[in-house]
Amino acid sequence: MTELEAGRAERLAPVRSGAALQRYRDVLIALIAFAVLASLPLFTGSKALLDFVIRCSAYGLFATSLNLLVGYTGLTSFGHGMFFGLGAYSFGLIMQKLGVPIPVAFVATLAITAAVAAVIGAICVRLKEIYFAFVTLAFQMLIHSTILSWASFTGGDQGLRGGIPRPAFLGINLANHVHLYIASCALLVLGLLAMRQIAQSPFGYTLRMIRDNAARASFLGIDVWRAKLTVFVLAALFASMGGMVMALFVSGAYPEFAYWTISGEGIFINMLGGVSTFLGPMVGTVLLLLLNDTVTRFTEYHGIVLGVVILFFALGLRKGLLDFVAEWFAQRRDAGEGR
Amino acid sequence: MLEIRNLAKSFGGVKATNDVSLEFPDGSLTAVIGPNGAGKSTFFNLITGALKPDSGQVLLDGVDLAGRSPPEIVRHGIGRAFQVASIFKSLTVQETMLAAVSADQRSSAVLHKRFPLPETRDRAEHVMELLGLASKRHRTAATLSHGDQKLLDIALALVLEPKVLLLDEPTAGMGPEERWRMIDKVRELWETQKITVVFIEHDMDIVFKIAPKIVVLCYGRILATGTPDEIRNNTAVIDAYLGTEHAGAAA
Repeated sequence: MTELEAGRAERLAPVRSGAALQRYRDVLIALIAFAVLASLPLFTGSKALLDFVIRCSAYGLFATSLNLLVGYTGLTSFGHGMFFGLGAYSFGLIMQKLGVPIPVAFVATLAITAAVAAVIGAICVRLKEIYFAFVTLAFQMLIHSTILSWASFTGGDQGLRGGIPRPAFLGINLANHVHLYIASCALLVLGLLAMRQIAQSPFGYTLRMIRDNAARASFLGIDVWRAKLTVFVLAALFASMGGMVMALFVSGAYPEFAYWTISGEGIFINMLGGVSTFLGPMVGTVLLLLLNDTVTRFTEYHGIVLGVVILFFALGLRKGLLDFVAEWFAQRRDAGEGR
Repeated sequence: MLEIRNLAKSFGGVKATNDVSLEFPDGSLTAVIGPNGAGKSTFFNLITGALKPDSGQVLLDGVDLAGRSPPEIVRHGIGRAFQVASIFKSLTVQETMLAAVSADQRSSAVLHKRFPLPETRDRAEHVMELLGLASKRHRTAATLSHGDQKLLDIALALVLEPKVLLLDEPTAGMGPEERWRMIDKVRELWETQKITVVFIEHDMDIVFKIAPKIVVLCYGRILATGTPDEIRNNTAVIDAYLGTEHAGAAA
């Protein structure tokens, strides 16, 4: 009996410290990533490279938050881009009309996003699969047309013009290109770290259970509707953060930020990078932006090239790039254990 | 004690459950049998909240649970396993157990800590040992054998420490030998865990051998209840379900 208990304790011990270690490891990786990104301006004067990283931050936050829905919960949203647009417009309008400090506008935008996402989510998450996808798409179109038709407030199809004021705060001047770059990297790393925590929390495993078998989850006492609504709102917050980074970067907000093609690009990125690993969407973001930038330089038919690439991933690999790499490593490891 | 009073459910004109009243005393083991379409699964679905009854009561220790949602009913202590193993295919056995305990401890919405929570481990470990799944803890559920998937399904119900455990055909889709192993396990669980177990079963040899009490359903009604001997010799049951051959062989 004591031997059995000893054996049990032995088996449990690594799991217990494992969860804590995993957290420290994630924080360490985040710190290193931030240090590398933040030191980049010391080595290169290339404004294009820094711009590229800023855009990766905006899209990466957006695409990774979409993966919380698609990959972790099995909720394929075709309208997630509405929160990207909402973030950009709310932030831009608050800065233009109210002239409050940037952190205040940042928090206020998150609050607005949470409220809007809670209302839209409460309607959408009752639906399943294709119905959920279509209703999210419908809400996206609703927000887009509101922006277009409410021209006196949003600038209509011209977008928010005249630039977004970027007053300095706490010694950070976002009108300065390097400051903006470092702030974007910081937001990206913090956002990813927070989303990683969500994915690896007990709630994250609740999401996986709902994805695999929602009916069974409810027979374990889980309120499926509430869990789905919670993740819908959380994902919207990070998408909104991405939108704010974008608004700061271009110093404005345009109707395209809220158009359905943004949601489409989010899905595209997730397919490119893969949805079964946490960093898949980040890899997809870099791939898509690289492709976009290089292909548009060579041909005006870049849509065809991107289409062929996505066909290669969808039909050829049948998974995203990082999914493919992760599986390859898993197979190698299993083969190694077999020997 | 689980007490069913005048439970009824119709689909269109079909009375799938028709004025069913039953009592399952604490710690009892009961088999529910009946021909296909007798309303056995519907009966389970009504008790567990998968379906809402048209009328009647489901009383667990005096609390009426009829018409409540599955999460609520589970929390009151009625767990169930499914005819087709209902599991989480991408989670490992251990993750499945830990997540289920989390759900039961109401920590399934916790965001700021890492999974798994330390306080979920002992219970998960205990049930894995109990069902012989401990050695397969790191296997992904989808890669388990059919029998192990059924065990995992039962483990999911059991890890919530229910007062009443409903098993919808625990031996469905199994070969003869595996069937007996499974049903021995069910019997062992019933004996060691001191819980009320109700199971649906098609194999009459199994039913007559292990169930102290049997309920026969037919067209949504209770045809008979009683001990194996009473059921074997009940003329209504022989006519409707068992046929004379089986009764003769048993006699």
